[in-house]
Amino acid sequence: MTASRLATGGSAIDRSRPVRFSFDGATVDGFAGDTIASALLANDVAVVGRSFKYHRPRGIWGAGVEEPNALIDIDGASPNTRATTEPAREGLVAKSVNATPNALADRNAFLDRFSRFIPAAFYYKTFMWPDWHMFEPRIRAMAGLGEVDRSWVSSGPADQVNHHCDVLVVGAGPAGLAAAKLAAGAGLSVTLVDDQREPGGSLGYRDGEIDGKPAATWIEETLAALAAGGHLILPSTTAFGIYDHNLVGLNQRHFDGRRDTLWRVRPGKIVLATGAIERPLPFANNDLPGILSADAALSYLRRHAVLAGRRIVVATNNDSAYEVAAAVIEAGADVTVVDIRRDGMPAAPAKMKLVKGRTLASAIGRLRVEAVTLDDGSRLDADCVLVSGGWTPTIHLFGQAKGKLAWSEARAAFLPGDPVDGIAVAGAAAGAVSLSEVFTSAEKAVAAPGAQVPAAPRSTGPEATGGISAAWPKPGSKGRVWIDYQNDVTVKDVELAARENFVSVEHLKRYTTLGMATDQGKTSNLPGLALMAGITGRTVPEIGTTTYRPPFTPVPLASFAGGRVGQSMAPVRRLPLESAHRESGAVFQEYGGWLRPAHYGGRDADADRTIQDEARRARQSVALFDGSTLGKIEVIGPKAAEFVDFLYYNTMSTLKPGRCRYGFMLSENGVVFDDGVLVRLDEHRFVVSCSSSHVAAVHARLEEWRQDRFGCGAVYIHNATSQMATLTVSGPNARKLLETVGLGLSLADADLPHMAIGHGGYGGNEIRIARVSFTGDRSYEISIRADRAEPLWAHLREAGKAFDAVLIGLEALMILRAEKGFIVIGKDTDGTTLPHDLGSEGPRAKRQTEYVGRRSLFTEQASRGDRLQLVGLTVPQGEAPLPTGAHGIKRSDGRLRSQGFVTSSYESPTLGRPIALGLMECGAARHGETIEMQHLGKLRTATIAAPCAYDPAGERLNA
Amino acid sequence: MQLFPCPFCGPRDETEFHYGGDAGNTRPDGGDVPIDRWANYLYLRSNPKGTAREIWVHMNCGEFFVMERDTLTHKILSSAELGGEHA
Ligand SMILES: [Zn+2]
Repeated sequence: MTASRLATGGSAIDRSRPVRFSFDGATVDGFAGDTIASALLANDVAVVGRSFKYHRPRGIWGAGVEEPNALIDIDGASPNTRATTEPAREGLVAKSVNATPNALADRNAFLDRFSRFIPAAFYYKTFMWPDWHMFEPRIRAMAGLGEVDRSWVSSGPADQVNHHCDVLVVGAGPAGLAAAKLAAGAGLSVTLVDDQREPGGSLGYRDGEIDGKPAATWIEETLAALAAGGHLILPSTTAFGIYDHNLVGLNQRHFDGRRDTLWRVRPGKIVLATGAIERPLPFANNDLPGILSADAALSYLRRHAVLAGRRIVVATNNDSAYEVAAAVIEAGADVTVVDIRRDGMPAAPAKMKLVKGRTLASAIGRLRVEAVTLDDGSRLDADCVLVSGGWTPTIHLFGQAKGKLAWSEARAAFLPGDPVDGIAVAGAAAGAVSLSEVFTSAEKAVAAPGAQVPAAPRSTGPEATGGISAAWPKPGSKGRVWIDYQNDVTVKDVELAARENFVSVEHLKRYTTLGMATDQGKTSNLPGLALMAGITGRTVPEIGTTTYRPPFTPVPLASFAGGRVGQSMAPVRRLPLESAHRESGAVFQEYGGWLRPAHYGGRDADADRTIQDEARRARQSVALFDGSTLGKIEVIGPKAAEFVDFLYYNTMSTLKPGRCRYGFMLSENGVVFDDGVLVRLDEHRFVVSCSSSHVAAVHARLEEWRQDRFGCGAVYIHNATSQMATLTVSGPNARKLLETVGLGLSLADADLPHMAIGHGGYGGNEIRIARVSFTGDRSYEISIRADRAEPLWAHLREAGKAFDAVLIGLEALMILRAEKGFIVIGKDTDGTTLPHDLGSEGPRAKRQTEYVGRRSLFTEQASRGDRLQLVGLTVPQGEAPLPTGAHGIKRSDGRLRSQGFVTSSYESPTLGRPIALGLMECGAARHGETIEMQHLGKLRTATIAAPCAYDPAGERLNA
Repeated sequence: MQLFPCPFCGPRDETEFHYGGDAGNTRPDGGDVPIDRWANYLYLRSNPKGTAREIWVHMNCGEFFVMERDTLTHKILSSAELGGEHA
């Protein structure tokens, strides 16, 4: 008989509500209020998992978030869950991690016998040749904790909540409850969070009397008063991170099938009442199942009525374990306390055997502890060892907020140092031990200039004392003394790191993986760096701590994702006519954030043929195209002309009202930023038609110059892109088709020539027609209110039947524009392309007025003779199109060198041959030259040509 | 997550803002600006440790403004409109 459930007691459990679940296939009985860990302990399940590297049997160590050993997979959905914080629920299926087939009979346990040969960094050193990546998958498969069930489907997106309060109190132990009560009493709005299901912290199981009342009564009254005051209390909620400007991230668990909720809290003030975590003691085999944190054992006893053993050795270096010893004696255990100290301990309770001035040398047992030996060689039989190596204040959040730590020799721990703005630390996290100290620190934490804070609670019962004599792991220890249970780091591994000069704490961490497991070294970091201090003859504060980073405990990715899942992850922008296009059989693709028809009909294998067909028919008669995504940014105001002059490479102020001009916008470094047509509606009103995927960037750029240079009253900018749909009719029969529709204006070339605009009406709505062509054919871009576009589109399609009109998607348009040598910015240009590389020399040579990017066009670099210039490329007859990205190469001294590359490449159905655009060194002067091309090691030839392969005279614009 | 004070909207999450460069990086106009001066305008950034005066834009409302902040502590010291002509 070892661990067992007592017949009575247990403040957290409800004996009238039994629950049954399974662990590694075996049935476990518990009660509502049990955690999985407390129920396993009540059923005397000693081995609950296998260690990460050596597959050592491991048992429950703690009772909270610090648990390094008891990791379990739950229902296949939550890997690496701590059994100590997971409620026991009816029907739940829990499985130990890193164990095959189960924790008790793990077939990889043999690894432990070879541990001598698998020291820290063994894998890195051994599997370096020929390549670590060859070995990594096998090693990872063997080494990893928990498993993800790939068939698991989310029960829906996780909620995310933005929250504000005056004071956020993290931790609902004595310090947090007192701070919350005081802040509420001062009239502040309070949010109190605690990672346990039941608030109370150590008050829930340690002795204490407050304001003359038992601790349990005080907790209950305090919570009731907070709730009645409208304050928010969030149990089962972990404050996992403090970010810039004191944004606090909370992860709230629900235990009812709902995903966790992520809270983003912006508090006026943060009170960290996060308590302290008990440390292990160093002795050989200190990882055997049956060896528990003394504090955890007290929690299990008082909260779940579980007695961890019958024959108990309590090993300690501090006063806090004496309360535990007294409690387990009272519960019927036989107890020997082994204290490292010779004097200065608290009074020993009755029936307790005390061994002074001794430490444990080793624990003995195979799958669980059976006995211990002391440093004098004596042996004590035991079925359970309760350990207290002192307390590590939980200052992670303070550290994350860039708080500096201060070493306290008296507490043998790091405490919060200089205060951080907006953050106060109270209770055990600040080094307080007795309830009186705790309440004083809570009062200080809440105090603020001018605040009327009520009187703090008073401790009226027995007071804890904080006597401690440090007991750090020592170099040269015999046997295997474990420091980091979860990542299997021993004293010898730290010694090895020191020998190999990984003595900085950050190197120690990475070389040995100390503190890098899912528990982030909550029980192991301080002992590990104290050991390194001992090895290198430095003090602990000289060694320092590693950087504290969020999250304090693992947070499901689903919490961070929130609603940003599936299509909401990166929502596409949709055309007003999407439904109409779907009815026409459009196959959609995303282009620059817009979901647009790629082509109409012809999926998968038929796609290429369909695209070719669309491009060919577009040239034969007339094509209809939805160009609604084209930018339509209006520039209005008395200085509008001056403004567009400055923004464009080309002079725009000479444009006459009612006319359009093509031009470039440059960046200040001279690189072509966008191209498009500028429309002048009237003297003081322009429309910038920028590239579809570039509208937001162009808009931001216009705003920047407007606000920074021209002044807000001189120019107004309005992005009307999504207000208007733009329907394009292009081809030799475009005008004839439109004349049958009736648009309320004369379409005669004299009235509406190429690069002019006209105003008309359709169905009672104003329309604007721009004769602008991206296909090289006679084209009309008709803009109309987006919500009134559908009837016009239907009319165009209907009228088109008489002309064998074809609907074309973006893919066919790409072919048509490439035939004409029209570029797409970012595809046919890159981050070095200047306007004269594209053949636009005029403004550079002639313009005298200032414009964005001007000076950059006259640098040494910009004037080089070997710049990459836009060219067309043709291939020998019968050959396939060049791959986009293929390089033109040069041979010099037997070596190959790139002299440019292909940027666009298509089969042209109209020309009956491949066409391509590219950027080539001195390309403009080399038309007719045949060069070698290379792609993925294959060589072929191509001939440089003018970019425009079709209708170079532009006759089709007016055909 | 930092809170930046937009002069138009008030305090908002940093993700809503874009960085616009050093404040006071005046553009030298003209085709004959000395090349060093132009290069400094384009590329030389003060990148101070401590107090920095910077241009930021709040993408939600489009307001460009000057913000002073401490690059070490991430404290915001001030924010103000650009101060151009406002009709
Ligand atoms: Zn704003």
